[in-house]
Amino acid sequence: MLKLIKQRWLDQPLDNRFESIRFSMAIVISLIVTLVLVLLVSNEPLFALQQLFLGPLASIRKFGNVIESMIPLTFLGLSVAIMFSARQFNLGSSGALFLGGTVTAVVVLTLPLPGFVLSVVAILLGAFTGGLVTLIPAFIKLRFGASELVSSLMMNFIALNLGFFIILNYYRDPQAGSLASFEFPSSSLLVQLIPGTRIHTGLLLLFIMIVLIYLFIQKTKWGYALRMTGFNKSFATYSGISTGAVILYSQFLGGILAGMAGSVEMLGMYDRFRWQAMPTYAFDGVIVAVLAKNKPQYIPLAAFVLSYIRIGADTMSVNSDVSFQVIAIIQGLIIIMIAANAFLAKYRQRLVVQEAITND
Amino acid sequence: MINLLTPEFFFTVIRVTTPILFAAMAAIICSKSGVINIALESIMLTAALTGVLASGFSQNIFIGMVGGILGGMFIAGALAYFSLYLKADIILVGIALNLMAVGGTVFVMFVFTGDRGSTNSIRSLQFPDVNIPLLQDIPVVGTALSGHNILTYLAILSVIGVWFFLSKTTYGLRLRSVGENPDAATSVGIDVRKVKLVALLISGFLGAFGGMYMSMAYLSVFSTNMVAGRGFISLAAASMGQANPFGTLLAASFFGLMESVSYQLQAIGIPAQIVGMVPYVSVIIGLVLYAQYQQSLQKKKTLSKQLKEDPNEA
Amino acid sequence: MPDIITMKQMYKVYPNGIVANDYVDFSVKEGEIHALVGENGAGKTTLMKILFGIEQATTGELYHNGQLVSFQNPQEAIKAGIGMVHQHFMQVGSMTVAENVVLGSEPKKYRFLLDRKKAIDDTAEIAEKYKFKIDPAMRLDECSVGTRQKIEILKALFHGAKVIILDEPTAVLTPQETEELFRELKGLKERGHTIIFISHKLNEVKEISDRVTVMRSAKQTGTYDTESISKEEISNLMVGREGLWELTKGKATPNESIITVNNLSVMDEQRRYLLDHISFSMRKGEILGVVGVEGNGQRELVDVLTGLNKASGGSIMFKGEDISKQSIHHIREMGLSHIPEDRMTMGVATEASITDNLLSIYFDKESFNNGVLLDQSSIDAWAKDRVKEYAIKTKSPNAQVRSLSGGNIQKVVVAREFSNNPDVVIADQPTRGIDVGAAQFIHNKLIELRDQGASILLVSADLSEVLDVSDSLFVMYEGKIVAYFDDVTNVSAMELGRFMLGIEAQDEEQIKRGIYA
Repeated sequence: MLKLIKQRWLDQPLDNRFESIRFSMAIVISLIVTLVLVLLVSNEPLFALQQLFLGPLASIRKFGNVIESMIPLTFLGLSVAIMFSARQFNLGSSGALFLGGTVTAVVVLTLPLPGFVLSVVAILLGAFTGGLVTLIPAFIKLRFGASELVSSLMMNFIALNLGFFIILNYYRDPQAGSLASFEFPSSSLLVQLIPGTRIHTGLLLLFIMIVLIYLFIQKTKWGYALRMTGFNKSFATYSGISTGAVILYSQFLGGILAGMAGSVEMLGMYDRFRWQAMPTYAFDGVIVAVLAKNKPQYIPLAAFVLSYIRIGADTMSVNSDVSFQVIAIIQGLIIIMIAANAFLAKYRQRLVVQEAITND
Repeated sequence: MINLLTPEFFFTVIRVTTPILFAAMAAIICSKSGVINIALESIMLTAALTGVLASGFSQNIFIGMVGGILGGMFIAGALAYFSLYLKADIILVGIALNLMAVGGTVFVMFVFTGDRGSTNSIRSLQFPDVNIPLLQDIPVVGTALSGHNILTYLAILSVIGVWFFLSKTTYGLRLRSVGENPDAATSVGIDVRKVKLVALLISGFLGAFGGMYMSMAYLSVFSTNMVAGRGFISLAAASMGQANPFGTLLAASFFGLMESVSYQLQAIGIPAQIVGMVPYVSVIIGLVLYAQYQQSLQKKKTLSKQLKEDPNEA
Repeated sequence: MPDIITMKQMYKVYPNGIVANDYVDFSVKEGEIHALVGENGAGKTTLMKILFGIEQATTGELYHNGQLVSFQNPQEAIKAGIGMVHQHFMQVGSMTVAENVVLGSEPKKYRFLLDRKKAIDDTAEIAEKYKFKIDPAMRLDECSVGTRQKIEILKALFHGAKVIILDEPTAVLTPQETEELFRELKGLKERGHTIIFISHKLNEVKEISDRVTVMRSAKQTGTYDTESISKEEISNLMVGREGLWELTKGKATPNESIITVNNLSVMDEQRRYLLDHISFSMRKGEILGVVGVEGNGQRELVDVLTGLNKASGGSIMFKGEDISKQSIHHIREMGLSHIPEDRMTMGVATEASITDNLLSIYFDKESFNNGVLLDQSSIDAWAKDRVKEYAIKTKSPNAQVRSLSGGNIQKVVVAREFSNNPDVVIADQPTRGIDVGAAQFIHNKLIELRDQGASILLVSADLSEVLDVSDSLFVMYEGKIVAYFDDVTNVSAMELGRFMLGIEAQDEEQIKRGIYA
């Protein structure tokens, strides 16, 4: 059995083998750094670590939290992955999420539609709005040639202000203690899926989107054009692929997915618009996409991992003396280590030399 | 009533331009050496916190300044190490550092002060304001130009300093050669990686002052995410100024002007959120106008050249 | 004379697994001109990069003046008195000639400041000493190619090089400029400099070198006194199989023209003509060569013919339609294929699979998709056939293109561009930098297509390639056609050189012979 596993391992191309090792090392190092950090700042490090790693398994409700927060993370991961696959560095997903959620709130508070239809319309319009947020930098890039990076970051701040402006001025419930909109009609809220948790039907929509995006990127002709543009834009242009269209639709789709994340979150987790600031997970789509190497099929897994440490950190900060933000450091480290191509390069070079010499 | 032509208004413009200017100078140094530093945001944020902590605990402004500089240079050094030595995509590392800084500063703040929102519990020092003799006595001009924080004058000096460094010193010549043709630099024995490292460290140094201005001059506390996109705005300013220090000064002043206008708007009762959008919208408009101007210059340039200069690959 | 450089058992494997030097021995005597020859990809440049400290050997020993050394970077090599003139000039366009020359060891004032005046004086002085004519204060990107090469040599001398490595220095030069370069190299030798001259042009090797070392597929195949060995013998050592470099090709039977270019112009941003009102025809069943010193309008011509750039004036009639302002997609649909000059930046996506690279101009075709989804099984079968037909050496069509050698990468490009039986092929430097086997394969494919009635435009910096492969040719100089030959068999390289340099030009009538009905 062990021999078989070893043989299959050695049959893999050198690059795949090396990538797996590097990936695992990146995670291990990030965990070690976490360990050290917790040891440094905590008076009860063992308890804190236990909360961090086992907290999410403590109850059905806790584990439910992991799945709940995995939903927007997966949407956001898909959003970033589709844009990064086309090598469009649009970082407007968080703005798209925020404004998408806002528009969904506005729709359910305004349109006199029956329950289910209302949720569908609200989610679709929210998603569309998200698409517009990321489409603007794409359009500016195509029409004027300005990089999407800075303009999409600016869009985040604009979306945030615009969303608050709308809710504050037109939908604010003065009866509510803190900043919040009027209550949503209860028929428009997404139905609870698993009793004892807040896991909602948004999960089903999520599964459909994962499959659709996977098919889109890997199996359709537009996905092919998108991937080739991402690999090498000059090559795509030279081949006669319309890279301008790719620039537009990759970023539009990315925004739609992020907008959907906001909409689903709004109707699945809240009964009013209650965001007080940009939701904290808004930027995490980048982490999920990088962890999953932009591959849609791995994104739910990456989102689950991230969501798990997130809930773990949450539990830890409630029950022990280590603050929640420690995970910001872990997340950043994971991205950097995975992105670091030359990490373990010497080891890889040794593998290459070995293989070259044995092949002689 | 909105009033834009008062000396007080110009005073405000200069005040809000200062942090952008520091960071934009940092961006120029990076851009000339051929690296994209989107971690300026986290450099500023980190320096803003470490400066406050160092000055608060030591009650010595000089130690506070050193603390801020070290904080900014630490982030720049991390960016350099991972992108130059471990060959990670510099944009991804920048994103990661920005994410880490937002949470990491709160984490560190909590460890040292027990606060999560702002460092109200420790008494941070501030850099002093400076009245310039003679200048301050001139009516109007004196009101607008004198009495600023010492860092503001330092920011203006940094424009000249960066210009002088890039165009007059041998190291500036090397730095530009690395940015324009790294192979050429390598072929005459210039260590490209080291030059880029130095460029990033300089940007960490300059960016740190931008951050410290926010928490130790403009305000006297650090609060969560207080840089609010100024690092990104500086990148836009540097690209609009074509990485020329004086052109960049103009671009940064334009963004400062728009921010000041937005304060005036708020004063006459326009909702805070609409006002809050003004600086960011102005950056987008600025980028569009600049790109359009560039495009009109390059319209006749052959496509194969454009393909090689794809902004994405940079 | 003692050996100034000795390399023993040099072994170099690149991170992608390619063995570039396979236990190579190489030594150079002080004061000689030593030619290092071999086909593209034989490992000459890698060996020299190790000597110059750009690459590090995996194993092996390097001796300099009898001392065991190992240069970790060019800085150390420069300090030891070694200089290298690269194939692609290592220069900074926005700086002056003098700044380029002194870069790396600049004259200083007040410790940190650049002494511009001294930089100019120093450059002028060294140029004077070696009798190079240049203007130190000129902006570099305004200099000609020949001048830029001189600057490159001056740079090495300024940094104190006693040993100068020149990597294919004549590739970008006209025959006349080459003669001038050789005079200068002999002058350097007289002053006691040692020169290593990388080339695969045997005439030049015979003319200039004292000794010659031959390399073939990463191995050294011998060092000889140049006097004692014939061109044929060197060539056999280079290729390993006798007579392989001969190309067998029947006479062309050109038919009617398929593309007629009329008064075609392209301007740059300063409204200068890069392509200046040129007219010619491409005929079915003919390979039309284009020669010229790099930067005389060839790239602009290829770009407008293929749709990468739009013309500023004139027309390109292709099957009765003016394609001068058409999209790349449309032009390709009409039956035009394009082998691009730079295969790595344009010809392939190195991270993508071979299959994906083959598919890029076909994925939209009905046979490969149902309007939405790609038909992966028929694509895979088709790609497998292409890999077989074009003898692309790979474990699987799903392997990434970057895992292939240069010659096999070019075969991927060619397989894609030739598989739709194109009516017109624009082949821009189709064999640059690839091994002789792949080059010959591609030449044969071009001739095969010609014999099937395709019209081919062959743009190449390699005069012998154009003279061997094409049927007729024209010469470009400063964006214009300055000469047309309807039969290449009685054209010599020297003759072409005079046209390429603009010393001579045919009259209008002679050039107009290139326009057919």
